[in-house]
Amino acid sequence: MKEELIISGRMNDPIDPVLHIWSWEIPLYLFFGGLAAGILFFAALYVIQGKENQFPTAVRKAPILTPVLLIAGLLALFIDLHHKAYFWQLYTNIKLQSPMSWGAWTLMVVTPLSLIWAALSLKEFIPNWDWKLPWLIAFEAWCRKQLLSIAWLTLLFASILGIYTGILFSAFNARPLWNTSILGPLFLTSGLSTGAATIMLMSKDPAERKTFARIDLLLIAIELFLIVHMFMGFMASTQVQIDAARLFLGGEYTAPFWVFVVGMGLVVPAFLEVLELRKKHIPVVVPALLVLFGGIMMRFIIAYAGQASRWLY
Amino acid sequence: MRYAMAVDTKKCVGCSDCVVACQTENHVPIGYCRDWVVEVTDGTYPQLEIELRSERCNHCNNSPCVRCCPTGASHYSEGGIVLVTPNECIGCGACIASCPYDARYPHPDGYVDKCTFCIHRIKKGLKPACVAVCPTRCMYFGDLDDPKSEVSEVLKRRKHKTLIPEAGTSPQLYFLI
Ligand code: SF4
Ligand code: SF4
Repeated sequence: MKEELIISGRMNDPIDPVLHIWSWEIPLYLFFGGLAAGILFFAALYVIQGKENQFPTAVRKAPILTPVLLIAGLLALFIDLHHKAYFWQLYTNIKLQSPMSWGAWTLMVVTPLSLIWAALSLKEFIPNWDWKLPWLIAFEAWCRKQLLSIAWLTLLFASILGIYTGILFSAFNARPLWNTSILGPLFLTSGLSTGAATIMLMSKDPAERKTFARIDLLLIAIELFLIVHMFMGFMASTQVQIDAARLFLGGEYTAPFWVFVVGMGLVVPAFLEVLELRKKHIPVVVPALLVLFGGIMMRFIIAYAGQASRWLY
Repeated sequence: MRYAMAVDTKKCVGCSDCVVACQTENHVPIGYCRDWVVEVTDGTYPQLEIELRSERCNHCNNSPCVRCCPTGASHYSEGGIVLVTPNECIGCGACIASCPYDARYPHPDGYVDKCTFCIHRIKKGLKPACVAVCPTRCMYFGDLDDPKSEVSEVLKRRKHKTLIPEAGTSPQLYFLI
């Protein structure tokens, strides 16, 4: 039998034997970013459509979470940096070809926007909230007046943020599993789905919950379609991408991917949401939490499996 | 000017002197290396063939590591040499993930480090440490734009290859086969 044996004298940590330069920080950063993007997307969308009263949780309550999520995500990114004292270099350079760079800049735009949305929703939680400082009161009034423009800006940047969470990976041709343009739309859809799940969890209005269960169902269907497409693309591609897909088709990530991401994270919640729409009594927390769990698992598994996929030479 | 290196896989004996020379010359931290020797055994027993390759950063013409660096710390220097400026590097690891050859590593001090083609020696008219030390003289270094340079001459004479050219990085480390 023809054989090939490669022995390398290199043992650099954390490059060899399998690359693991990114551990929990980057997938968590991407999960929080995608979730915040999802929530902001729906809030902005319903303001633009003039449906604030139909979707009170999506517009006036859920956004309060977004600055917390984004700041937690940025913190995770910061923890991941090995040369922390030079962190500011991210914000003295704009490198359009580097997803890391424009992602960091997108967050610079989305985080203040999320703070505005959170500030506007404060009164939902603390009815006699008082800003005390006159300029803050004036600023709030100005934001309420400009809400439509803010919503358009948010819609745009939330979409960019959602896509960015996938592009960060897909820009690396060195890791064949990541090197597919499907990851952008897949992570965006997953971010929207986790956003919808969070709104379902927070909402007390049955009509709103029902709409979001429907939206989520559609998003899950899109995700499944994209996942099938991703594998079709891999299997029809070069050997390195076929090998990358095999990590999920019999290889070491097969069980976690199909059980946690596709099964528990997509198929089961979709099934429960269908039952709920058919008026069976399903506590909403179950499908919603499963969707969130699936979203986290997807980012972790793609991050780890991608680093395990490589060119052979 | 386009600096490049050619490594003779037929002359290399895999002694790893180049690795030690680099570690000494460049104060590479213990446990890490900027260059390394790969041994590929290939064929059907008993007809086996061995290829020995002294590998390092390929100083690619189309470097994904430069492209994805968010701060510009990874950059092209003179002659196309790819360098990292430690004081601009935030240690995000994007360049490490982007290199198909895994030629980079995070220095314990935080920034990312890799082969520099010994640019500090080249500026003094010396050869890179690995080239200078090789006991079988299996490495050639020089300017590809100069048809009389050592590396241009040997590439004209000998059959050669680069590693995974299909990764699209246009590597500038040639292996004589
Ligand atoms: S070998 Fe890797 S580190 Fe060196 S220039 Fe090419 S991509 Fe960059
Ligand atoms: S680790 Fe440093 S050199 Fe590499 S991409 Fe990040 S900032 Fe650039």
